[in-house]
Amino acid sequence: MRASMKSLFLIAWLLAISLPVAAECQLRGTGDLALVIERATGSAQVIDTTHRRSLFHVKGLGDLSHASVVYSRDERYAYVFGRDGGLSKIDMLCGTLVKRIVQGGNSIGGAISQDGRFIAVSNYVPGGVKVFSAEDLSLVFDLPATAISADKNSKTVGLVDAPGERFVFSLYDTGEIWLLDMLNPAKPKVTRFTGVGRQPYDGLITPDGRYYIAGLFGEDGLAMLDLWHPEKGVTRIMDHYGRGERKLPVYKMPHLEGWAMAGDTAFLPAVGHHEVLVADRHGWKEKARIAVHGQPVFVMAQPDGRRIWVNFAFPDNDTVQVIDTESLKIIKTMKLGKGVLHMEFAPRGEAVWVSVRDRNHILEFDTRTLKPLAELPATKPSGIFLSARAHRTGL
Amino acid sequence: MTNMKKQILQAGLLATLINGMASGALMAAPPDAARRSELIDLLKQDCGACHGMRLKGGLGPALTPDAIGRLSIETISETILHGRPGTPMPPWQPFMSRDEAVWLAGRLKAGVD
Ligand code: HEC
Repeated sequence: MRASMKSLFLIAWLLAISLPVAAECQLRGTGDLALVIERATGSAQVIDTTHRRSLFHVKGLGDLSHASVVYSRDERYAYVFGRDGGLSKIDMLCGTLVKRIVQGGNSIGGAISQDGRFIAVSNYVPGGVKVFSAEDLSLVFDLPATAISADKNSKTVGLVDAPGERFVFSLYDTGEIWLLDMLNPAKPKVTRFTGVGRQPYDGLITPDGRYYIAGLFGEDGLAMLDLWHPEKGVTRIMDHYGRGERKLPVYKMPHLEGWAMAGDTAFLPAVGHHEVLVADRHGWKEKARIAVHGQPVFVMAQPDGRRIWVNFAFPDNDTVQVIDTESLKIIKTMKLGKGVLHMEFAPRGEAVWVSVRDRNHILEFDTRTLKPLAELPATKPSGIFLSARAHRTGL
Repeated sequence: MTNMKKQILQAGLLATLINGMASGALMAAPPDAARRSELIDLLKQDCGACHGMRLKGGLGPALTPDAIGRLSIETISETILHGRPGTPMPPWQPFMSRDEAVWLAGRLKAGVD
């Protein structure tokens, strides 16, 4: 009798500690966690990607359209950039909102510095970039963009971190690329490159942190800055693509962050075309074009470089296509439901997580078999951000 | 689309045309309830990609009543249907009728929550 009572207690106790309880911190690593943005409800879920389960729901994050996330170098804290200018710091182990500030009127993503000291946020309103302490989100530096009228500055886009405590971003309205050096935070240095091309809409940095590349909406080609040699200025690459060809209207701007590099080859979304462009990384010349299902939004390489995964703009956003990087052939087309908004690879590439907005779930696929492995509920999910981003430049 | 639906749509278009000619104004036959909720969804999700899900602005300007109050229903619906060449604002004509664009313009001016 006594013994069985004891074992009952033991079972109850075991159950209690194994069930995730919000607001109670977990003793575990964070390397396999992810944050899933639920943009309609202004909330986010902390997901355990190993056991494929939800750990926490974090609420009160504001307007999360186009939200993105960076991680502290210890992978414990996530910084969420919301559209309403909100900057939220989330504790991934406790599922709590540590701090939230509204730092601007309207913003579009951010970055964390190489050593993790600074968080930079890119703002549409008031146009410019603000830099905060990653510790307590206090303002360190405010850098307004070039003025375009008495009360408006250019929108800033494509903000990334670069080696040497630097940030790089583009100015949409004035066609510039700026390099912000925060090595000495008391005296930040700004280098401005003007006339880089019309309407840069997004930017990326190559994974080694050497080249910053801005996509141009207003003209063909891309603007590139070699961060080993900023003194050489911005050069134009791929400027022959699309020339003279009629462009289709663009219903969603492509994202360059995930620009795929596989060996010597780069894959990128063609603006206003149903095509993925294939370029030679050395001469930055176009090698081929792959006709795809719609206008690509994300063109992402698996970490092993073997395949490219592509999703599409409205009205084709129910589809994902997978391209083989050797043959440049589409090997699979999947219809997953309306609103396939984001794809995120496990750091070693064995799996990819895909959000399907209107199905209210995220899916995990095996990248080898291309078969689904798991399905987790999420309310109108958009971005999925794995904590492994903490250790990658430009993410 | 069924023939029946096509006929109704054509009749609707014709009616708007005649109405428009008669009054010189845009008189919209409002879309039905199901289509209205589709359009609001489109507004939040797909217009939201550039204008923000809460329409407070993004790459494109805010579409809140105070931001576009100065524009007429006609200017707004024409902008929606034909886009603004030279800017990222695309034409939505392939995805909605003029009546629907006029209805959407009215909703924008009134405010969408
Ligand atoms: C790919 C991006 C994009 C999408 C998607 C988009 N817009 Fe726009 N829109 C813009 C931009 C950029 C402008 C500003 C154009 C200019 O500079 O005149 C604009 C301007 C407008 C204007 C004029 C506002 C003013 O103050 O002059 C209206 C109205 C508008 N959009 C409505 C819509 C609606 C409704 C939808 C969805 C059915 C939509 N837009 C989808 C980018 C977009």
